[in-house]
Amino acid sequence: MTTDVIEQDSHDEHHDDHKMQGIKRWLYTTNHKDIGTLYLWFAFIMFLTGGALAMVIRAELFQPGLQIVEPDFFNQLTTVHGLIMVFGAIMPAFTGFANWMIPMMIGAPDMALPRMNNWSFWILPFAFAILLSTFFMESGAPNFGWTFYAPLSTTYSNGSTAFFVFAVHIMGISSIMGAINIVVTIMNMRAPGMTYMKMPLFVWTFFITAYLLIAVMPILAGVVTMLLTDTYFGTSFFNAAGGGDPVLFQHIFWFFGHPEVYIMILPAFGIVSTIIPAFSRKKLFGYSSMVYATSSIALLSFIVWAHHMFTTGMPLFGELFFMYCTMLIAVPTGVKVFNWVATMWRGSMSFETPMLFSIAFVILFTIGGFSGLMLALTPADFQYHDTYFVVAHFHYVLVTGSLFSIYAGAYFWLPKWTGNMYNESLGKWHFWCSLISVNLLFFPMHFLGLAGMPRRIPDYALQFADFNKWVSIGGFAFGLSQLIFLAVVIKCIRGGEKAPAKPWDGAEGLEWTVASPAPYHTFSTPPKIED
Amino acid sequence: MNEGDELQNLNNKNSSVTKQNNKVVKKLMLIVFGMFGFGFALVPLYDVFCDITGLNGKTSTTAAAYNVEQIDTERVVTVQFISRTAQGIPWIFEPMVREIKVHPGERKLVKFYAKNESSRDIIGQAVPSVSPGLAAAYFQKIECFCFTQQPLKANEEVEMALQFYVDPELPEDISTLTLSYTLYDVTGKVES
Repeated sequence: MTTDVIEQDSHDEHHDDHKMQGIKRWLYTTNHKDIGTLYLWFAFIMFLTGGALAMVIRAELFQPGLQIVEPDFFNQLTTVHGLIMVFGAIMPAFTGFANWMIPMMIGAPDMALPRMNNWSFWILPFAFAILLSTFFMESGAPNFGWTFYAPLSTTYSNGSTAFFVFAVHIMGISSIMGAINIVVTIMNMRAPGMTYMKMPLFVWTFFITAYLLIAVMPILAGVVTMLLTDTYFGTSFFNAAGGGDPVLFQHIFWFFGHPEVYIMILPAFGIVSTIIPAFSRKKLFGYSSMVYATSSIALLSFIVWAHHMFTTGMPLFGELFFMYCTMLIAVPTGVKVFNWVATMWRGSMSFETPMLFSIAFVILFTIGGFSGLMLALTPADFQYHDTYFVVAHFHYVLVTGSLFSIYAGAYFWLPKWTGNMYNESLGKWHFWCSLISVNLLFFPMHFLGLAGMPRRIPDYALQFADFNKWVSIGGFAFGLSQLIFLAVVIKCIRGGEKAPAKPWDGAEGLEWTVASPAPYHTFSTPPKIED
Repeated sequence: MNEGDELQNLNNKNSSVTKQNNKVVKKLMLIVFGMFGFGFALVPLYDVFCDITGLNGKTSTTAAAYNVEQIDTERVVTVQFISRTAQGIPWIFEPMVREIKVHPGERKLVKFYAKNESSRDIIGQAVPSVSPGLAAAYFQKIECFCFTQQPLKANEEVEMALQFYVDPELPEDISTLTLSYTLYDVTGKVES
């Protein structure tokens, strides 16, 4: 696809100077680039917050016995760590990418619903302020795990349930508004000539993810509402004494929860599918198969939820059904992995930081995928269930999967966002420190889990001590390595080598046809798309 | 506000786009509300589904009529009874027989013992569950204390009856049934 940009409307350039100054610029902004920036910074701050909680968890687990925190506070740490990383770091980071990149990639002047866009960002800080404020209350923060199973979150709640529920409601509303905006933008604002099958794969993955969000975030809102009325208004949705069923909670939660985990990985597929071709200097192998694979993963995600519940006493037929459906997901996922490898095959590859993170993504995400396949096997899952093997699995897909793709994307587009090249050697330091420490952090967890160490426990048997020490060292090293990224970003914003419009010679897409840094308004006149 | 003006201009230029946007937004909002409703619809759907398939080990909440024609004396099924009290109810609650062997179709009467150990009146409600779950549909209760609430005065004790039979249609591969009761404090809750 070659592109031509019709000369930029000088009218827009003229208006550049009229954006508001200071805090008001950010509070009132309806500009997709400003809002994208806000989302990305918010996500990074939340990432550091959730990371700080993880550091305390790892410090407690550094040696057996109770050292630093009380068991109840430990439960609060694991719960809030999970909630913040899922809803505060990974999801807003992807929304930030969507806001920044989608309009530029499809040749649109802005998101379709700019005012709603402002609102969907600005309610987020309130949600997390409510959630984090519970740490400073007498009753403490939510301590029932990020999956908030009833009756832990109802009958046995420490009183934080209402705050938790309202925080989740606000996060949900924010996500739904963001998703609606993405769908409307992609459906109605594409430049003339950009058919669906000519959209960059990045846009496709966000399109599908947005649909998933619209479908399942309301389910989450519903289930937390039931939790609220069960806890405070005497209903019995999940209370056996009143005719309810606690297992029903798990069914509804995971009906949301499984699509949710794909919400956190499909955009990652989009980002690496953009970066790998750029640094292999080849077109993406099997574009249309990528589109169909992404769609089938999204559809399959609705019929596999009970694989999180094999140990609840399901009948054999149910276990087999969910096992086979889950294993079926490995097929489209395999298509994607092979396509990425085929894209790199005989390409003239170079290894700048975005590419390093993308290659690490392909390998490490595949490891996470394989441990997922192991967990999908019903008989084996009875051993792995609620052990560190599960923790290892989802951290491989979420940290070395989603997070690494976010880093890859951030390095890839930083020159476009800031107008300056980032410091390549600092970037490489960040990559190698992260790569080594993240594997030291999460790989031994597989062994701990297979040996039977349960998750969400502040103390453990002596035989787990050595591995846990290494895991904690890896954890501290990984946490510190992320500060290198902060340094890279700040350095890059302050200055550095000026970036040309298209700093990566192999990159494709409309975003590289505008100047770096991207002007405040782009594509007020739609670009012309040629075949 | 300049930005707003500019967007306004843009929108005026493309008022057809704005209309189209609103149409899509409306459709998407319908999905959102539909899925919110679907979340709640899952509650009755789950009950109906479990009722039909007998998946979650819930037994019938009404008395079954005894109309077995042939007692299957060839087969012996072990029925085990276990009980527990939910948090916060100061009762002793236990089966007086832990385990009995029955022929499918045969009527049996067993007793459960309950004592209110506190100095206040408490209403208890026992909730049954059968394991394996698929066997729940074949466990027929002719008479059960779990069909009603059990008011016990302070320090009062009682023997409660359960009369049941195991349906002869019980699948061949099931030879042991476990009936578990959990006792809840429902004092002050709405009588059902």
